Amino acid sequence: MSEPAAPPPALHPSLAELFLAFAGVSISAFGGALPWARRMIVEQKRWMTTEEFNETFALSQFLPGPNVINFSVVFGARFGGPAGAAVALAGLLGPPLMIVMVLAILYERFGGLETLSRILAGITAAAVGLLIAVVAKMAAPLFVKRWNSAPAFAILAFTGVALMYWPLPFVFLGLAPVSVAFAWFKR
Amino acid sequence: MNSSPLTALAGYFALLSLFAVGGANAAIPEMHRVSVEVMHWMSDRQFADMFAIAQVSPGPNVIIVALIGYHVAGFAGAGVATTAMCGPTCLLAFFVARTWDRFKDAHWRIAIQAGLVPLSLGLIAASAFVLARTADHNVYAGAITAATAAMAFFTRINPLWMFVVAGVLGLSGWL
Repeated sequence: MSEPAAPPPALHPSLAELFLAFAGVSISAFGGALPWARRMIVEQKRWMTTEEFNETFALSQFLPGPNVINFSVVFGARFGGPAGAAVALAGLLGPPLMIVMVLAILYERFGGLETLSRILAGITAAAVGLLIAVVAKMAAPLFVKRWNSAPAFAILAFTGVALMYWPLPFVFLGLAPVSVAFAWFKR
Repeated sequence: MNSSPLTALAGYFALLSLFAVGGANAAIPEMHRVSVEVMHWMSDRQFADMFAIAQVSPGPNVIIVALIGYHVAGFAGAGVATTAMCGPTCLLAFFVARTWDRFKDAHWRIAIQAGLVPLSLGLIAASAFVLARTADHNVYAGAITAATAAMAFFTRINPLWMFVVAGVLGLSGWL
C-alpha cells in the first residue's frame, strides 16, 4: 500500500495486484469504501486518471446494487477480463466477510449481554447521524434549484417506504418511471 | 436447518439487489421490513445491532446482508445472502461495462440517472428514519445522532472516531 516514491504508471496490474489492492481498500475503508478506492486507484497506484475514475464510477452508480461492488467488477474487468473482475470482487469482499463473520459469531454468543447492547446502542445512534449527514449532502443540490421535481420524488419515496411501510419494489416501480420521465422532459 | 430459509434468503436478496438504487444504505428499510416485520427473523433491536456491527466493520456497507444471513442460517446463510445481493448486479455490471461507451452520453441514460437520484435520497432518508425509531429512544441518544450528523456534515473526521465516542457513551449507561 505504501510505496516510498511515486511509481511509474502501471497500466496493466496483474491479477495478484488487483486482488491485493482491493483487499487493502476493503480493510481500511470505514463508512463507505468509495473515497478509499479513489485514493488507491488515482493517487497511489495511478491506474486511472480522476476523469477515468469518475466515468467508471458513474457507470457503477447507474447500475442497481452496491456501487463499490459494481465498481470493483467494472474496474477488474477492464484490466483483467472476467478473471480480473472476479479477483477484484474477491479482494473487496473477502477480508471484510471474514471479519464480519467473527463479529457475527461473537454477537450470537454475547449479543444478550447488557454491556454489548449498550455499546451497540451508542454506535447505532451515531450511525443514524452519519446517514442524516449523507442525506443532507445529497439533498443540498436538489433542493436549491428553483423549479424541479426532485424534492417531490424524494419525499414520495421516503413516505412510501418509511411511513407507509410499502415494499421497496412497489415504491420503486411506481415512482421511477415518472421521475425518469420528468428528468427526460426537463431538457 | 432445512433448505427453506436459504431459499428465502436467496430469492429475497436477489430481488432486493435489483431495486437497491443508491447502494446498501438505500436498501436498509426494505431489509428491515422483511427481516423484522414479514419474516420475523429478528427483533428491531437485533436489526439495529447488526446495522451497527456492519458500520464499525471495515469494508462495503453491504456486508450487513452477511450478518442477516448468518443470523438466519449460519455460514451457509451468510454466503447465500451475500451472493444473492451481489451476484445479479455484478453480472449486470460486467456486461453493461462492455457497451457503456455506446450509451454513456445518451439522453435516456442521463435521464434515468437523474430520475433515480431523488429516489435514492428518499430511500436513504427512510433508512435513517427506520433506524432512528429504534436507536433514538431517549434524549441522550437523539443528541448523539444530532452531534454525529453535524460533525459528519461540517467536518471530515473519520467516522470511526465518532463510533468510538458514541460506543463509550453508550457503555457508560447514558442511553
